[in-house]
Amino acid sequence: MPLLELDGARYPADASETVLDALLRHAVPVPYSCRKGVCQACLLKSEGSAPPAQAQRGLRAGLRERGFFLACQWVPRGDLRLARADNAQFLGNAMVVGKELLAANVCRLTLQPSRPFDYRAGQFVNLRRADGTVRSYSLASVPALERRLEVHVKRYAGGAMSGWIFDSLECGGEVELLGPLGDCVYRAGRPDQSILMIGTGTGLAPLIGIARDALDSGHRGEIHLYHGDAELQGLYARSQLQALAAEHRNFHFHGCVSGDGPLGGCLRGRASDIAFAEHPDLTDWRVFLCGSPSMVHEAKKACYLFGAALADIHADPFELKDLRHAPAHGATEARTDRRD
Amino acid sequence: MVKKSLYDRLGGEAAVDAAVDIFYRKVLADDTISRFFDSVDMDGQRAKQKAFLTMAFGGPNAYTGKDLRNAHARLVSQGLGDEHFDAVAKHLEATLKQLKVAPALIKEVMTIAGSTRKDVLGR
Repeated sequence: MPLLELDGARYPADASETVLDALLRHAVPVPYSCRKGVCQACLLKSEGSAPPAQAQRGLRAGLRERGFFLACQWVPRGDLRLARADNAQFLGNAMVVGKELLAANVCRLTLQPSRPFDYRAGQFVNLRRADGTVRSYSLASVPALERRLEVHVKRYAGGAMSGWIFDSLECGGEVELLGPLGDCVYRAGRPDQSILMIGTGTGLAPLIGIARDALDSGHRGEIHLYHGDAELQGLYARSQLQALAAEHRNFHFHGCVSGDGPLGGCLRGRASDIAFAEHPDLTDWRVFLCGSPSMVHEAKKACYLFGAALADIHADPFELKDLRHAPAHGATEARTDRRD
Repeated sequence: MVKKSLYDRLGGEAAVDAAVDIFYRKVLADDTISRFFDSVDMDGQRAKQKAFLTMAFGGPNAYTGKDLRNAHARLVSQGLGDEHFDAVAKHLEATLKQLKVAPALIKEVMTIAGSTRKDVLGR
């Protein structure tokens, strides 16, 4: 009789029972809906044992590779160690080795993890300080190109974490590191595919990582990156991206200012509006959307209607939702608001 | 010889895969009904549309009338009615025509889809 280990307890499963049915029979709260392998509500993670293909059907490659599966679709033959999908986070320390102002309210933090930290460009991490406050920050670094982690922190009025990072956190200081999280990454294959990237605010950070990862991986298709902000100074990585465009003929940077202020050679309007006006047919394109949830949601729908396959549209809103529902990891306050 | 099922005659899962994006795009782009289908979880929504098409194609599914009622109860309370059901059916038919499915098969699919009306609308 297989034993299922979850949340520190073990539950026996009958020989013909799915993981979901067994857990529910033992009154373990597990979210579920269709029980037909379609809705993906019962997503869990297997640690150690590889799930069968049937239990990973419909999941994205990044989730499959990391052992996630649908609990309603796996009748286990042997014991399983399980983790909840929203709590599968690595924990370590990271030292601040660089802090630099990119714009009036955006700074770049460079972090040195205390032990090797395996991630992909475009994923994000949770940073936790000693009092338990946790916030999420996307990685702008690329593991193949640099050993240190880079995140962009936007300062919010009254933001507990961002204010602390701007005013108090100094080089040599330490934070705890949780992750990596998220599935918004570049995957090798189809190197001639056109890529559209749209980011607002510090949603640019993961796009910088993904674009450099794609170029370093030999991507040959055109890559168009649209970065939008209300003000010109919010387009804080213009020179870096212009240099990247000068270095790679297939990389194109488009700065977009949505407010009335100076343009500095950039375009006027919302980044997504400008991107879709210039690329109205996205059939066979790969798309990356990062930034405000409303922009990401609207743009994802638009990209789909303009012909992109959903599997080719990469964004983070699901992880946001999961984070907000995540257990507090031992801390009393761990509500995680992205990029605060 | 046993007659092949409707699902097999349509082409099985490959046919569903070919139809689901065409169908879901039509539904999302239709302002009269898109609010019932608009969700942050587009992948989940697409999966639901695929399950629906599998059923309408006569494929393997475990839908019961009760499932359909429960799944649509919230939408009915938000005003889901005959005109919306008809609009979805119209998009399904247009999808099949676009894929050049034989008229006789389209008729069979539309009969199955139409049979869900009472349960979907909670009557």
